[in-house]
Amino acid sequence: MRTEVCKGCSYCLDFCPSKCIEFSKDFNAKGYHYPVLVRPEDCSGCDLCGLYCPDFAIFGVRLKDLEKRIQARHAEAKAA
Amino acid sequence: MNLTKADPKGVLTGHHFMDGDHAACEGALAAGCRFVAGYPITPSTEVVERFAQRIPLIGGVFIQMEDEIASSIAILGAAWAGRKVMTVTSGPGLSLMMEHVGLAAITETPCVFVDVQRGGPSTGLPTLPAQADMMQARWGSHGDYEPIALSPNSPQECFDLMIKAFNLAELYRVPVFFMMDEVVGHMTERVVIPEASAIEIVERRWTRKPPGEYRPYAAGDDLVPEMVKAGDGYRIHITGLTHDERGYPAMNAAAQKRMMERLVGKIRNNREKLIDVRGAHLDDAEVVVVSFGITSRVSGPAIEEARKQGFKVGHLRLVITWPFPVSVIQQLASRVKAFVVPELNMGQMVLEVERAAAGKARVISVPHAGGTVHEPQEILDRILEFAR
Amino acid sequence: MSNASRDTETCAMEDAGAVAPAPGLEMQNPIMPYLRQERIPHIWCPGCGIGTTVNCFIRGLEESGLDLNKVAIVSGIGCTGRVAGYMNLDSFHTTHGRPIPFATGLKLANPELKVVVYSGDGDLFAIGGNHFFHAARRNMDIMVVCVNNHTYGMTGGQVAPTTPLGATVSTMPFGNFEDSFNLPFVADACGAVYVARWTVYHVKQLARAMKEGLAKKGFVFIEALAPCPTLYSRRNKLGDGVDQLKYFKEKSVIRHGANTKDVGLSFQGEIVVGKFVDRERPTWLDAMNEHFAAHFGDQYQPYGVHHG
Repeated sequence: MRTEVCKGCSYCLDFCPSKCIEFSKDFNAKGYHYPVLVRPEDCSGCDLCGLYCPDFAIFGVRLKDLEKRIQARHAEAKAA
Repeated sequence: MNLTKADPKGVLTGHHFMDGDHAACEGALAAGCRFVAGYPITPSTEVVERFAQRIPLIGGVFIQMEDEIASSIAILGAAWAGRKVMTVTSGPGLSLMMEHVGLAAITETPCVFVDVQRGGPSTGLPTLPAQADMMQARWGSHGDYEPIALSPNSPQECFDLMIKAFNLAELYRVPVFFMMDEVVGHMTERVVIPEASAIEIVERRWTRKPPGEYRPYAAGDDLVPEMVKAGDGYRIHITGLTHDERGYPAMNAAAQKRMMERLVGKIRNNREKLIDVRGAHLDDAEVVVVSFGITSRVSGPAIEEARKQGFKVGHLRLVITWPFPVSVIQQLASRVKAFVVPELNMGQMVLEVERAAAGKARVISVPHAGGTVHEPQEILDRILEFAR
Repeated sequence: MSNASRDTETCAMEDAGAVAPAPGLEMQNPIMPYLRQERIPHIWCPGCGIGTTVNCFIRGLEESGLDLNKVAIVSGIGCTGRVAGYMNLDSFHTTHGRPIPFATGLKLANPELKVVVYSGDGDLFAIGGNHFFHAARRNMDIMVVCVNNHTYGMTGGQVAPTTPLGATVSTMPFGNFEDSFNLPFVADACGAVYVARWTVYHVKQLARAMKEGLAKKGFVFIEALAPCPTLYSRRNKLGDGVDQLKYFKEKSVIRHGANTKDVGLSFQGEIVVGKFVDRERPTWLDAMNEHFAAHFGDQYQPYGVHHG
């Protein structure tokens, strides 16, 4: 989540299939409430929020993909 | 300047008997033009008809678009894909193209706009000549910019100067106008096309910088940036908005100033290099006829007759009409009595002559509403009025 | 690209039990390499749907397997006209209504390029209508994405050729009395080989359509209905962006292969979405090459076709 580019449209909240996102109490620099992952245990990493987000602010990732990516990064670092 | 020789595939070497429209097309092919988008309009259509006929076996594309607006921007797309490009039209079409003259100017896209001038305004005289689009070529699109314009006066020049037009478009990355008229377009004369090896071509200013370092609108001392084309991995952004060196929109006065100073500066700084005039009897001249295009050929007999009668009359023909050769007029103005300016319009380029002469010499307009050319006698009468 | 592949078909029910990444593990949004990151945040309003269509386009691009150095995007003028400027591709922001003829020149001058036109309804169908018709008729090999928000956003919400009858816009202050275009019908009638309509509620379908469109040869038309909360929704008292997405959700009917005559839109009425047309026709360039090859025989070197 890049909170600084969020404009608070609430697409991610409303269309999250597992309803695990809520608005922050804080404002970002632009004066918008931004989404916060309040129930991480419910998040599937489906990235529907990422697909909806018109501001390229939020995205989701599945843990197994994340692990793959981290491994790839480690491999890259080793190779370098 | 990256000079090469013409690609022999596009050069129809030999002696020909052809009209100005066809010769203009051959000039474009010799110059390396491989993409033309156009829309039919008298008296220019023969240019694109010949291109459509010739291009399949040379290797390139002609497409007849749905209108002149489309034609004038299709060529800009093709230029950004790496081609040398041209569109061809006459007055009403040129009016429709004006927004894209501005887009070409602000994006610095090399391209050639051919205007075979006919009587106007509006539909005017579709089949009859005029030279009444000269100011439109200079000022037609909104905003400030500095185009280049050339005025050929014969089919041979339609060939020769067309190559120059393409070369100047590449050299300065500006829209170049090729200001023909109905008479020059339709007169048939001998046209000699040299060997490809005798034709010098200015190549595009391709950058040698790698993608990370290249900035589309960063320019050196000559103010003309280097170019790349789509598909080369540079991921350029090209916009008609005011932009910074990266090509990104920059909506502020400082960015506008930087961009505009470069856009006009690249031509204004080279004004002296962009002088192309042809003089005759200027050494002793007391009266100078200033002419361009077809009018220069009508002026010739008038000048010869005046000289026969003992008057010191010279001839200055403008080959590059924009930028206007101010310094040439200035120098002459200090030693001649008068300039006589015949043109097939109600008085356009004469305003430039007046501006440059700045009151040091008289400036006499010899306007003509168009539809035919001047009678040499009309020009002679005006010459004699002021030579006596 | 270093991004993990995405499965657009997954839904939340899979992978139950996924947890948040470990604190401090900073990751980049996988769509960022497709964007000119230094230009984000973009200029679009909160709740504007254009950004969502861009997400879908990026997903389609990602899955298309296309060499991104050979993809060019061309936009006209308007809110959607700004898309080109945000995409990390060769990108061209042209004049109002003219991205299609620019794209035509770009494609014909270098047929190796995949050329995408991304623009708004006013740009493509009012000022640019003529170009749309003829590019579709010629089957120019370009993909046209039209973000339809029923109005001119950039200039303050005026009537567009797509404004539904009865909707209020600034230049129809007492309600629009002009009939609007049914865009898929126009595209179909003019000869497009692929025609689809989705809304920004249908993100996965839209992303799939983008992918299919990128793979398709010929004139492709994708209409993406998107909310304009600042102007269109506000003036018509339709709530914010999310409310409009909810309307898209409730009133949309998926009807693949529907007769495009029957998919016209009305004010807050039913929206038929789906893939309406998918057919084959020779592209302009293929037709030219085929014709000249037949006419000139061996003398003719096919244009834009690489040998060896």
